[in-house]
Amino acid sequence: MTVLEQFRNWLAGVMPEWAAYILAFIVSAVAIIIFVLVMILVFIYLERRLVGRFQVRLGPNRCGPEGIFQVIADAIKVLSKEDVVPAKGDFWVHFLAPIVTFVPALMVFAVVPFHKGTVLTNLDVGILYVVAISSISVIGIFMAGWGSNNKYSLIAALRAVAQAVSYELPVVMSVVGIILVTGSLSLSKIVEAQTIPFFLLQPLGFLIFLLGTMAEINRSPFDLLEAESEIVAGYHTEYSGMKFILFYMGEYGHALAASSIITTLFLSGWKGPLLPPFLWFLIKVLIVFFIFLWVRSTVPRLRVDQLTAFAWKCLLPMALINLFLIAAEVIWFPATLPWGMVVLNFAIAGVLILLWSRLFALGGGRVEV
Amino acid sequence: MPLKTEPIVLNIGPQHPSSHGLFRLRLTLDGEVVTDLELVLGYLHRGIEKLAEGRTYAQNIPLTDRLDYLASMTNNFAYVLAVEKLAGIKVPERAEYLRVIMAELMRLTSHLAFIGFLLNELGAYFTPLFYMFRDREKILDLFEMVCGQRLTYNYMRLGGVSHDIPEEFIPAVKRLLNEMPRFTDEYEQLISGNEILLARTKGVGILSRDKAINASASGPVLRASGVKWDIRKVDPYSVYDRLDFEVPVGSVGDVYDRYWVRVQEMRQSVRILKQAIEQLPKGEIRSEVPHLLRPPQSEAYGRIEAPKGELGFYLVSDNSIAPYRFHIRPPALINLTALRDMVIGWKLADAVVIFGSLDTVLGEVDR
Repeated sequence: MTVLEQFRNWLAGVMPEWAAYILAFIVSAVAIIIFVLVMILVFIYLERRLVGRFQVRLGPNRCGPEGIFQVIADAIKVLSKEDVVPAKGDFWVHFLAPIVTFVPALMVFAVVPFHKGTVLTNLDVGILYVVAISSISVIGIFMAGWGSNNKYSLIAALRAVAQAVSYELPVVMSVVGIILVTGSLSLSKIVEAQTIPFFLLQPLGFLIFLLGTMAEINRSPFDLLEAESEIVAGYHTEYSGMKFILFYMGEYGHALAASSIITTLFLSGWKGPLLPPFLWFLIKVLIVFFIFLWVRSTVPRLRVDQLTAFAWKCLLPMALINLFLIAAEVIWFPATLPWGMVVLNFAIAGVLILLWSRLFALGGGRVEV
Repeated sequence: MPLKTEPIVLNIGPQHPSSHGLFRLRLTLDGEVVTDLELVLGYLHRGIEKLAEGRTYAQNIPLTDRLDYLASMTNNFAYVLAVEKLAGIKVPERAEYLRVIMAELMRLTSHLAFIGFLLNELGAYFTPLFYMFRDREKILDLFEMVCGQRLTYNYMRLGGVSHDIPEEFIPAVKRLLNEMPRFTDEYEQLISGNEILLARTKGVGILSRDKAINASASGPVLRASGVKWDIRKVDPYSVYDRLDFEVPVGSVGDVYDRYWVRVQEMRQSVRILKQAIEQLPKGEIRSEVPHLLRPPQSEAYGRIEAPKGELGFYLVSDNSIAPYRFHIRPPALINLTALRDMVIGWKLADAVVIFGSLDTVLGEVDR
C-alpha cells in the first residue's frame, strides 16, 4: 500500500471515489512539482556558491543571509526582460521548445521513490519510462535550435542530437546490468534489492552511467551545447524572459532528475541508517550533484568528435563488457557472497579503465579541406 | 545517396565571449569543420599612430599604455627605448634595472592571463582564470606600490622611470619570487597532466617553422614552432646582456607548445628577476631630459621582446617637438596573420582555441 493509495482511501471516505481518485493525483503531482522547483532553487544557489568556492572567490553573498535570496533576485531580473522572438524564427517551435525541455525533468519524478511506498506511480517498467522520458528533452533542445533561426543555436542543436544518440546506448547498457541483478524494472524494487549499494557491486556500470548522464544533461565536460567560448549560449542564445527561465530551470531540473536516478539505481535510494529515509535520499542527491559541480568547475570541455569517440570507442565497449560480466556473475555465482563480488568487480573495473586509457587516446581530428 | 549540404558562414564576434575585445572572425563552416576564415579587424581603432604625431615625445608615453593593455609596462619600455635611440639619451643604470624588473613582472602577469583565458576557451568554466588572476593580482599590487596604477602605468619616462621604488618593494618581490615557482609547478601539474587538455591541444593548430618565419611571427608563437629567436638574446637591449637566462623553444608548434613555452618563460622570468634584484645598483633613476625634446632629424626603431612578441616603435623625427611619423609594430597583429593556416581543417571549437593560443590583445591589433 503506497502513501498515495492510503491518501486516496482516506479521501474516498469524504467524497465520491472518482473525485478522490483525481484529487489524490493532483495533490501528489503538485507536491512533486513543488519539491522539484524548490530543489532547483537550492541547486542553483549551491552551484553559484560552491563554484565560487572552487574558483577562489566568495560567490554571491550580498542578497540575504549568505546570499540565499540571490536566486530570487536573479529570477525577478530575468522575468522582467522583454520576451523576444527572432523575426525569422518559427514562432511555435520557438515557443514550445522550453516547455518540451523542462517538462520531462518533472515527469521523471513520477516514478522516483522518495521513501518506501512514497512514489507517485509505482510503474513496473519504471526504468524504461525514465530512459524514454528523459530523452524527450533533446527534442526540445533541437526545436530551440531550429526555431531560433540563429547559427549558434543550430550548431548547438545538431550537437545535442549527436550527443544524445551517442550516449543513450552506453547509459541503457549500464542499466541493463542492474536489471539483470534485481530482475525488475521497477525503481522501488531496485531500491529494495540493494542490500549493498550497486555502485559497489557494479563500479564500472556506475561510472559509465554517471558519465553518460553527465553527457545527457549537458554538464561539463560534455557541455558542448552551451560552449560559451564557441557558440555563445548555444541553443538558448535567442531566449529571454520566462522562456529562458524554463531552459535554465530545465537544465537544473535535469541535473536533479539525473542525480535522483543515479541515487535510486546505484546509491540505494532512500536507504540508510539513523536518519529518516527522505533525508537520506536528499543527501545522496546532493552528493551526486556535488560531483557534477566539482567536475564542471575542474575540467575543460571535449571537442565534438572526441565526445562521440569517447562514447562509441570507450563507454560502449566497456558497457558491453560490464553487461557480459554481470550476466556471467548472475548465472554462475548467484549465491556468492556479495562482498567477494565487490572486490572482484572493482578489480575488473580498474584493469579495464587502465587498459582503455593506455590503448585509447582522444585526439587528432584535422580534416583535409 | 549523398546529402546535399551547404557551408554556413559563422561570425565569431565582434561581440563574442572569446573574441578578446572587439574582433570578428568570419568562419565558413562545413558542419563543424572550418573551411575558410577571414579576419575582420578595426573595431577598436583609435588612431593612436596619428594621435601621437600631434603630441610631444613625453606625452606619447600614456598612449602606449593603451596598446596591449595586459602589458602596459613593456609598451612604455619599447617606446622610451625608441625615443632614447632617436635622441641619444643615456639612461642611469638603476633605471635600466628597474625597467627590466617591471618588464619581467609584466611578462609574468601577461602569461598568467594567457593561461587563464586559454583554459577558459577550452571550456574550463573560469576556474583556472580565477586562479591565474589571484596570482596576477599580487603582481599588480607591486605595480601599484611603485606607480599607483594597476592597468595603465605610464611608469617609464624618457631617460628613466617616473618614481623610485619604495622600500617595501624589494622584499615584496622576493616573497613573490619565492611563491611563484611553487604556483607554476602546481598549475603545470594540474594543467599539463589533464587528459582532456592534452587531447584538445596536442597536435592542434600546428604552425610549421617555415610558415612561422614567413608570417614574420614573433615571441612565444614563433618559439613554439622551434625557432630560437628572442630579442633579449639576439639584439640585447637595456641590461639583458648581463642577465643569465635561457630561451625555451617548442618542437611541434601546436597549441600545447605555445602554452608550454609560455610556462617555461615564466620560470625564466623568475630567474631574471632574481638576478636583477641582486644586481640592482643605487643611484639616479632618471637622467636630465628637456621637457620639449627635439631629437635631431633622423629615424629610429626600438624593439623589445614583449610578452606577445617583438614590439617595435619606428619613429621619424623632423627636429620638432612631436614625432613626424610614429609607427607601431604590434606583435599580436602580425602573429594573427598566421591564423588562417593554422585553423583551416580544424573544428569550430579548435578555431577558438587556436585563436586564443596566439594571445591576442585587440588594443594592440587595432591601435
